[in-house]
Amino acid sequence: MSEWSLYEVFVRSKHGLNHKHVGSVHATDARMAIENARELYTRRNEGISLWVVAADQITASNPQDKEMLFEPSQDKVYRHASFYQLPDEVGHM
Amino acid sequence: MNQTDELIDYLLQMGDSAMITGQRLCELCGHAPSIEEELALMNVGLDLVGQARNWLEYAAERLNDGRDADRLAFLRGEHLYRNLLLVEQPNGDYAQTCVRQFLYDAWHFHRLQGLQHSSDKMVAAIANKALKEVTYHLRRSSEWMLRLGDGTDYSHQRMQKALDQLWRFTHELCTVSEREQRQYQAGLCSDPQQQLNAWRETVESVLVRATLNLPPPAHYFYLSGIEGRHTENLGPLLANMQSLARAYPDARW
Repeated sequence: MSEWSLYEVFVRSKHGLNHKHVGSVHATDARMAIENARELYTRRNEGISLWVVAADQITASNPQDKEMLFEPSQDKVYRHASFYQLPDEVGHM
Repeated sequence: MNQTDELIDYLLQMGDSAMITGQRLCELCGHAPSIEEELALMNVGLDLVGQARNWLEYAAERLNDGRDADRLAFLRGEHLYRNLLLVEQPNGDYAQTCVRQFLYDAWHFHRLQGLQHSSDKMVAAIANKALKEVTYHLRRSSEWMLRLGDGTDYSHQRMQKALDQLWRFTHELCTVSEREQRQYQAGLCSDPQQQLNAWRETVESVLVRATLNLPPPAHYFYLSGIEGRHTENLGPLLANMQSLARAYPDARW
């Protein structure tokens, strides 16, 4: 058990939707991770597709970089489509 | 024996084997080697208990003597149980649990495939529904055969030992009885000889890939699940499983 690795699990609930991260499982390899993920995360009809990714293959942003990375976007309202007023003649887009 | 009796025996063999396997697997609740494996074992066990319910409900309907599926499961004596001898064997070490499950899953899978085209519509429907679950069960237990059989020297040795110990109970799984031959002729199932060959092929191919030695064919011995002559292991299992229903008959919650 101590030799089992951690895999992150992603489930797609319906065709056309994205795979979403739902949690993690332990397994000896990716195949077993898929089976374990099936047992843990899809037993109540949650999905139709599974991805597993070895947790050590994920590169994550550093929490200490939060201000630098994310705060500058907070005051850029013009980056949202709702910032712009549509001329009436455009109608519903 | 008339045709209805034969059908009931058949339904009981399917239902009881699933029920007893399910009970054995659920004994591992809280004891599995990892949380992932524990959930998987319980999922398989509960799949099988669900399938047992379908078979036993149909058996109760055909018996038509006032008993329901619960009564058949929880108030029937050991000698009236029709499950395979293999599945009543104790969990033992994890190698024994894995080998028992694999041998049963392979039998179960090919048996259900044969029943999908049964002339009895209800049998065909139950088999068809169960087959989706059992296809997965077989894949899962085959994976464990490969991982542990072709794993370390130590895991290989334990798996071979478990296989050699349990193999004698496969006599029932790979022999076509007169009863089965009659059931086949009545259109209840597909050719049992074909099912048997398919079981052997599946088992052989997985054992080869798992680097395990195929033991020589098992010999007949005096015990038989379908005849109700069980090993000493079924009694204690039923005593445990049936204790509540016997202490508080018709209890509700």
